[in-house]
Amino acid sequence: MGKNNAGFSWLLKMAWRDGKASYGKLLLFVFSITLGVAAVVSVHSFSQVLKENIALQSKSLLGADYVIESDKPVNDRVMGIMDSLGGADAKEINFLSMAAFPGSNGTKLMEVRGLEGGFPFYGELETNPSTANENFKNGGALVDATTMLQLNLQQGDSIKLGAVILPIAGTLESVPGSTSVFGAIAPPVLIPFRYIEKTGLVQTGSRIEYKYYFQADEAQDMELLSEKVEPVLDLEEADLDTHLSEARRLGRRYENFAKFLNLVGFIALLLGCVGIASGMGIYVRMKIRSIAVLKCLGASKRQSYLIFFVQIACMGIVGGLLGTTLGYLLQQLFPSLVGDLLPVDVTITFSLQSVLLGLSLGLAMSILFALYPLMQTLYVSPLQALRVVKEPKSRSKRATAAVGMGILLFISGFSYWLLGDLVRSLLFVAGLLTVFLILTAVARLFMSLLKKFFPYSWSFIARQSLKNLFRPQNQTLVLVLSIGIGTFLISTLYFTKDMLLEKAAIEDSANSANMILMDIQKQQVEAISQTVESAGMPVIDKIPIVTMRVETLNGRHVEDIRKDSTSQVSRWILNHEFRVTYRDSLIGSERLLEGKWVHRTETNSDIPISVSSDFANMAKVSIGDPVAFNVQGRIMETKVTSIREVDWSRLQPNFSIVFPAGVLENAPQFGVMTLRTPDDASSARLQQELVQNFPNVSILDLKRILSLLEDILGKIGWIINFMAFFSIFVGVAVLMGAIYSSKHQRVKQGALLRTLGAKSAQILKMIAIEYTILGFLGAFMGVVLAVLGSTLLAWLLFDTAFAPSAVPFIIILPAITLLVFTLGVANSMGIVRNSPLSVLKKEKE
Amino acid sequence: MSKILKVQNLSKTYRSGDHDLNVLNNVSFEVDEGQSFAIVGPSGSGKTTLLGLCAGLDTTDQGEVWLCGSNLFDLDEDGRALLRNQNVGFVFQDFQLLPTLTALENVVVPLELRGVKKAYEQGKELLAKVGLADRESHYPSQLSGGEQQRVALARAFANRPSILFADEPTGNLDDDTGTRIEDLLFELNKEQGTALVIVTHDLELAQKTDKSIRLRSGKIEETVG
Repeated sequence: MGKNNAGFSWLLKMAWRDGKASYGKLLLFVFSITLGVAAVVSVHSFSQVLKENIALQSKSLLGADYVIESDKPVNDRVMGIMDSLGGADAKEINFLSMAAFPGSNGTKLMEVRGLEGGFPFYGELETNPSTANENFKNGGALVDATTMLQLNLQQGDSIKLGAVILPIAGTLESVPGSTSVFGAIAPPVLIPFRYIEKTGLVQTGSRIEYKYYFQADEAQDMELLSEKVEPVLDLEEADLDTHLSEARRLGRRYENFAKFLNLVGFIALLLGCVGIASGMGIYVRMKIRSIAVLKCLGASKRQSYLIFFVQIACMGIVGGLLGTTLGYLLQQLFPSLVGDLLPVDVTITFSLQSVLLGLSLGLAMSILFALYPLMQTLYVSPLQALRVVKEPKSRSKRATAAVGMGILLFISGFSYWLLGDLVRSLLFVAGLLTVFLILTAVARLFMSLLKKFFPYSWSFIARQSLKNLFRPQNQTLVLVLSIGIGTFLISTLYFTKDMLLEKAAIEDSANSANMILMDIQKQQVEAISQTVESAGMPVIDKIPIVTMRVETLNGRHVEDIRKDSTSQVSRWILNHEFRVTYRDSLIGSERLLEGKWVHRTETNSDIPISVSSDFANMAKVSIGDPVAFNVQGRIMETKVTSIREVDWSRLQPNFSIVFPAGVLENAPQFGVMTLRTPDDASSARLQQELVQNFPNVSILDLKRILSLLEDILGKIGWIINFMAFFSIFVGVAVLMGAIYSSKHQRVKQGALLRTLGAKSAQILKMIAIEYTILGFLGAFMGVVLAVLGSTLLAWLLFDTAFAPSAVPFIIILPAITLLVFTLGVANSMGIVRNSPLSVLKKEKE
Repeated sequence: MSKILKVQNLSKTYRSGDHDLNVLNNVSFEVDEGQSFAIVGPSGSGKTTLLGLCAGLDTTDQGEVWLCGSNLFDLDEDGRALLRNQNVGFVFQDFQLLPTLTALENVVVPLELRGVKKAYEQGKELLAKVGLADRESHYPSQLSGGEQQRVALARAFANRPSILFADEPTGNLDDDTGTRIEDLLFELNKEQGTALVIVTHDLELAQKTDKSIRLRSGKIEETVG
């Protein structure tokens, strides 16, 4: 037998005819897709735009086409290379130092940048007054705008840097190369290059950066330049940064955060899909009779399936388009949410890629998640038109498995596309699946326990509302899933933020430091201790520091390793000047992983040292391996005897390499001192005194850094919360969809109950109890899963004990329960509004 | 006269719990082209099951049904659907209009399934014939029971079927409306030469047909005409 003559256009026509009469239900599906797609598109598009803007503004970010930099004065060979490149067009020396402002008695840790030449060649040196960007070259300083404001400084006031006092030529609004995040800790001050030497601040222990800026021809190939010059510079411990590599580096910094946000958006979309799947199930069930009639009239299985498939596809496209538009509008909000954390001014543009992303996501997700419920149409018997037929027992196992695999593959594939890391994306999908499965299991267990231990002695109202939780076509599973996932997300994000802050927080105990003094010369240690102690503050720790470079690793000279292109050893290990300390015991932020900790040694060969696990990984060394260091000209042979895990996130001095006591005591060294100040006023007084008497010493006020960190986390938290609330919005849409889909059944049930004598208030009470239970169960499971997830995160990622804060339990849990209750009851008012007769009459028709 | 429907030794058994329920037992009869035929019997006698089998809405492995020259149980579900679309019309007790389609859209579905070009024109003519020209854009919920059944009649005759199955076509209607529907049914039967198979409780309606069988407990108890 052949097939009937109705083609694709008939399917479209039927989908349209049926869809336009059911648009109320379909609109809610579209709404779920729209919100989910908007979440993904807004984040994805914004991170794209940010990346593009960084690339576009790469030259003005660097201020030049490329820069050659080193952390020590460049030697003749580097000079020769620079000459062969036409000579540097501008140069800079920069370092951190305390600045004193004699007029206002203020002090501040600043990034001193001594400049010579026409820097910046791209972008602008924005100053107030605008002429100051040239005037300061005649012997003035440009001071960061926030500092000017904080210390109430005016143009013409003085700034003291080491031994030099300069007049402030103007306010520095922006300068290429200074980022706002770092600038908040050590804001920039620009002075002419020729004064650097006179400050007397360039001495042992200072972290100094030497930079040479170059302007290139339009036609010069930056990649080729890197390829040619980089390896030669590497040998001389110098580095080449082009504006392109700078843009890549900056882009990467924001990428991880963007990836994380993308995942949050993706979860919102998945939540929308749960709504599609459950709503579609109910939708198809309502259409079973129509499908049976169509089959009676001669429509084939495929045709009756395709009518609804076309509807879903159209919903997906419409939802995708609306979602893309909403996402585009939403991302306009992002710059104001994170504003000054961004390195560039971002101009939002409409990209074709986001439109395609939104469309394909909307289409693919709605089709994938509707396929399973849609399969039901295939098994509808035409006999249903004549009388009620028992539903077929099961769908084809093969088809079900194929749909399940399709969904898993798509989610994994999409996560991989977002994260670019197979293991992480699989972990993400596995985690997500676990949460889904746990919530599903809990919902099912709840229903079966309720059925088994049903409280028959309870009041009529309570019994009816409990029965609604497990009656046929109940909403328990879908609501527990959507509410649970939304709450899980919000609570986990809350806990994680808490953990990050707690980790960085300074313990409020008498013996923990809240100030660090750096770059102390050996001969200053005693005098500074006295100054601090006479101010009534305890010195907590004096840490000696010796700088050194790696000379050989496992017997191989660093020069050989540099030339060996197959070597896995990190460049950083080969080029970095390490700050090394010596002591006889481990400190709080360290844990011995391997080997034996040596307290003290007297030998001068095979000195037993301890390295951090990061150093061991990057240098490819393990216990027993020999490493030689160049300590300011003297070679010291050492052997790795222990490997430590170091918690770098603690706000305290930490070290990659630690020598035992007894070896380095006489080496040229400088020191770091940690102390505790009781309050801001005495902290400010001490800082003034120290800067006056010991201008080379830099002071890190940890309290200030912590408040900055809180500020940054607060801003990041804002955008994360924003995205998490988006999933709650999607949850609300799913919830409304679920309520709406079951309304028909509830209206009929309500009318029958009222005919039998129930009052409207009783019916509303039933509904209220039902939604309160559902809201509480979902939200409670969400918070519990978040506690479990965060404990796991604390254990695996943050390596800290996790004590959950009460906020999710006392605020998020009741708030979400109340939200579900309100939505449920508000949407059910219609049930008691119509007269029972009109409902039943309509039902009969 | 050739046979449009041949039923031979048809039985149908449902499994209910741990015992078999014999709903139809060895039923055989024939319907000629253009003939009107009634299946009567009390509730539970197997009438609707027999109708479902004759129209290919259901299957069994005992007996044969030949409809328009094809053995129904040799065809797959889509094959039977095509056969219905080309040769069969339906009228149901509860009308079974598609609730999301207007009256006119309901009538044209079988025509469109056949790929008829001027389906709308034909649909409008059919609606006019059943007296509902002014109701074409109404949805089923906006029509009375009698009007809905007239739309269902127009839909049933839309593809000029060789045979029309009607399941209690007047069961849900008051007497006057029911009589009007019956008249319309026979009128169209005559005019188009469509064979008519009616399942009914209503003996008066059965008497108007050329031939009838009475079922009891799944067996033919009496054949009239």
